[in-house]
This record gives sequence, C-alpha cells and structure tokens, in this order.
Amino acid sequence: MAYTIEGNSGRWEVVVGLEVHAQVISNAKLFSGAATAFGAAPNSQVSLVDAAFPGMLPVLNGECVAQAVRTGLGLNAEIHLHSRFDRKNYFYADLPSGYQISQYEHPIVGKGVIEIELADGSTRQIGVTRLHLEQDAGKSLHDQHPTKTFVDLNRSGVALMEIVSEPDIRSPEEAGAYVRKLRSILRYLGTCDGNMEEGSLRADVNVSVRKAGEAYRTRCEIKNVNSIRFVMQAVEVEALRQIKVWEDGGEVVQETRLFDSARGTTRPMRSKEDAHDYRYFPDPDLRPLVLDPAWVESLRAALPELPDAKRARFIGDFGLSPYDAGVLVAEQSTASYFETVAAGRDAKLAANWVTGDLFAALNRKSVTIEGSPVTPAALGALLDLIGNKTINGKIAKQVFDEMVETGAAPDAIVQARGLRQVVDTSAIDAAVDAVIAANPDKAAEYRSGKDKLFGFFVGQVMKAMAGKGNPALVNDAVKSKLG
Amino acid sequence: MSLDPAAVRRIAKLARIRVADDALPQLAGELNAILGWIEQLNEVDIDGVTPLTGAAQMTLAWRADVVNDGGDAERVLSNAPDRDGQFYAVPKVVE
Repeated sequence: MAYTIEGNSGRWEVVVGLEVHAQVISNAKLFSGAATAFGAAPNSQVSLVDAAFPGMLPVLNGECVAQAVRTGLGLNAEIHLHSRFDRKNYFYADLPSGYQISQYEHPIVGKGVIEIELADGSTRQIGVTRLHLEQDAGKSLHDQHPTKTFVDLNRSGVALMEIVSEPDIRSPEEAGAYVRKLRSILRYLGTCDGNMEEGSLRADVNVSVRKAGEAYRTRCEIKNVNSIRFVMQAVEVEALRQIKVWEDGGEVVQETRLFDSARGTTRPMRSKEDAHDYRYFPDPDLRPLVLDPAWVESLRAALPELPDAKRARFIGDFGLSPYDAGVLVAEQSTASYFETVAAGRDAKLAANWVTGDLFAALNRKSVTIEGSPVTPAALGALLDLIGNKTINGKIAKQVFDEMVETGAAPDAIVQARGLRQVVDTSAIDAAVDAVIAANPDKAAEYRSGKDKLFGFFVGQVMKAMAGKGNPALVNDAVKSKLG
Repeated sequence: MSLDPAAVRRIAKLARIRVADDALPQLAGELNAILGWIEQLNEVDIDGVTPLTGAAQMTLAWRADVVNDGGDAERVLSNAPDRDGQFYAVPKVVE
C-alpha cells in the first residue's frame, strides 16, 4: 500500500530526494595536511591552505579519492575515471577563500543504487544520481557574543562526499530507511563513521507533493537535518505544509527551508538574493583527476562483504528470516558477534538470543556490542549448555542475567548455583504427585475436561522444582499422571 | 556576448565590489573589450578535436594521508582583523 496523505481535495503522493553529506574518514584534509579529528581547540587544525592565505595551493589527498571510489563501488555505481574539481563561488564568513572546491559537471562517481528494506518486509531500489568530493566549510558560532560571529576553521577543508539520490523516495519511512541503509554501507566500507550527532552525516531533504499520475510539482529543500528521526519528521511536516498551500489556492515556491525540531515545523531560511548563482568554473589550481582502472579494481577487490550480501548469506546459510537477518547485518560488529555465536550451533536460536536478550541487556547497560559484558564465546557456551540439555531455556535466561552482571562463565554459574536441569524421572514424578495431592479439586476439574488446567500443573511442578525440571519430561509426567 | 550596465552591477555585487552607478557604463565597456578579445578563440575550428583534459596530460599529484600541518592557531590568526580567544571574530551574520 503506497503512502499517501489525504487532503481536502483527495489523496496526495509525496516525492522525496535526499542529498547526504558524509564526512570522509581520513587523517588529513582533502587538500591540506591539517588534521580532521573532531573536538579539537578552535583553529588548531588549520593549515594556511584551509585559511586561504594568498598564494597557498591545494594538493589532493589520495586517500580521500580512494574513499570516494570505495563508496561508489559499495553503491554499485559507475566510477568515472575522468573527473574534475570546480570552484563554487559564494561569500560567507566561514568560507575564507570565497569559494568551495567541489565537483560540479564531472563528479567522480555516477549513477548507482541503494536497496532499502521496509517494515512490511518488502524492498525497494532507490537510485543514486551521483557522488562527488568537496570541501567542508568552517563553523560559525552566532551565540557567543552580542555583536560578533565567531569562526572556527578546523572543519574548513575536511573532505565530504555529497551523495545525491534520485527523487525515488515516496514516504517518511522510505526516507528513514534510505539514510539508515546508506549509513550502514558507509560504516561497513569504513569511508564515513556515520555519526549524525557530530555532524559527520547530514541530510538535505527535497520534498514535493503531487496527485497520482501528475508530473513533479515545485519542491522545497530542507537543509542540514541531523538525525534519521528528523529526516522522517521533516518529510511529513513539509508535505503537509505544501498540501495546505496548494489546497488553499496558493503556489509552493521553490526555496530553502530549515527544520525546527522543537516546534516540528519547517520555516524559510532568510532569503539570500543571488544565493544560487555560484558561477562554477574549473579550479585552475587543480588538474583533472584521472584514475587508473587497475587501481580502481584493486580497491574493488579489497572491499568487505557489504550488508546486502551478508543479509542474503544469513538468510541462505543460516535460515534466518529476512527481518532478523536485516537487524543483524545493520552494524558490522553485530553481524560478526552473531557469526561467532552461531558457528557450529543452532543459528536461529543464536539470532533470537542476540536480537532478544543480548540487545535488551546492552540497552539496559547503555553499552554498544563492542563493550558487551558477555563475549560471543560466552554466549555460545551458554547455548551449548541448552543444546546438551544441561539447563533448560528458562534457567538459561537466569544464567544470562548473571553473566551480564558478573561476566562469569555460564558453566561456572550453573555449577555454583546448582541450576543443572533435572532429568531424573523419579524426582519429576515425585514433584508431580505432590502437586496433584495438594490440588485435588483442580485435578478433578482437569479430569472432567477442563484441559486449560494443564498449564497450571506444569507451572506448579516447575515452581516446586525451582525451574530446573526438563520441560518435556515434566509435560510427559503431568500428562500421564492426570490422564 | 555583451554586458549591459545592469549585468555589471550584478557581477560586482556577487563579487562584493562596490561600484558607483555612474561608473557602470565605462566598466561595461572595458569588460566587453576583454570578452571581445577572448572571443577571437571562437574563430578556431575545433571540429573533431578531443578536448584536452590537462596540460601535457600530466596527472594530478597526490599527497599521502598524513597530518603534517596545522597545530599553530597563532599563525593562522596572525592576520585576522579581529579575534576573540582562538576564534576569528567577524560582524554578526545570523541565519
């Protein structure tokens, strides 16, 4: 069922395209030898190139090019062996040279595709128009002084990849899934850390609305949205705003807007006259960028297994559901944890433990899977204890909780607490007899046909045995004694 | 291609150069003379000539991904017209 918004004049479709700015992982900047680390003292990571001192010349960082090519390969995109750097001219206080070095007419990466997975299990292909390399600007702080703006150029010149999607996205959910998937691919590739809080990944969201079957109507661009949740909200509130404009007899004007997360609205940016007259031209300081096909192939050969391939393998080799496989591959560290637990064991059981009890425990402790108090080997050992019937599933949860708290090995916990499962049928029979003797009225009801009481008896027996009875054997015993 | 005074005013504004209105016609004349001179290139017949992507087909030099610059805020701020601590300070520009 396609996403639509019901207006007064009927149903509206939403059309969305995203421009994602992803900060390239590199030690040094795109055209200088200054560092890129986040959070340094103001202007401490600035070369004279980044500060645009007269006569300073840019020299391209080869690793940033490699990162862009890896990303292009990961997006199944065309790699352009010939590309070029252009100057995008505009004035702003945090852009000391008065132009940003970018790639306009000839980007390094052309058309590609990202497959997104939706909550109903379906998938969609979202086109990628292009990826190009460009410099980040510096950072302006407007709230530190009553009459002045402070400028920190540490970010100035850091390499960004601008990744532009086709207007193929049709709902807030798809917009969120696209950013999530792109982020996951970038993190697998090691080309961007995807940290939206630190601004390493930010999205410009282009939104328009239309009636079914129409051509595209005028779009608005919502700038610098810095979380996946906000991307989804921005699509929705901007679509609602535009529908109201159209239905009130007005016309949507193409403009740049800001998302106000506190109010949940978008508002126009102060209109910059001539803002879009960037007067691009080839940067005369930089030669055209020409790549050796053999070098591109060597990067391709060194790519890691990406989320889609891993997901297909988890479904095919381990028999996982597409949903579970999708959850497990979203982060490389989760996938690798799962694979260690699942190796040589019941993979579905492993998936349930990782996505269930483990995720819950990590949440509770506010730690990432890298900092998990339970190692994959220890969780595997716990599953082995279930597999060889040393403990039952319910006791296993109790053991797991203790592993989370103490980091102790599962067999040591089972040993110390005497949690070994009771498979001795005479002990089980005795417990069943005692429960029946203590509940003669319920036993009579069961025998006269009230089948639902079966669960009551199993529960009472398990309780009497401190949860350690083998569930199958307990079931058998209750059935035969009451039968 | 020919520029009228209005186009010159716009170019000057984009470049943040203040030009008095009465200076525009003369500036337009000078710019048009430059453009006219460069337009002589259009006389060259380039049908069938592959565009030259770079002088002498040299490839772009690359630097290694090594931090070997920065770490000297004082030098960077040395010609700032105004500063506050380690920040450049400029007249407030609020979006």
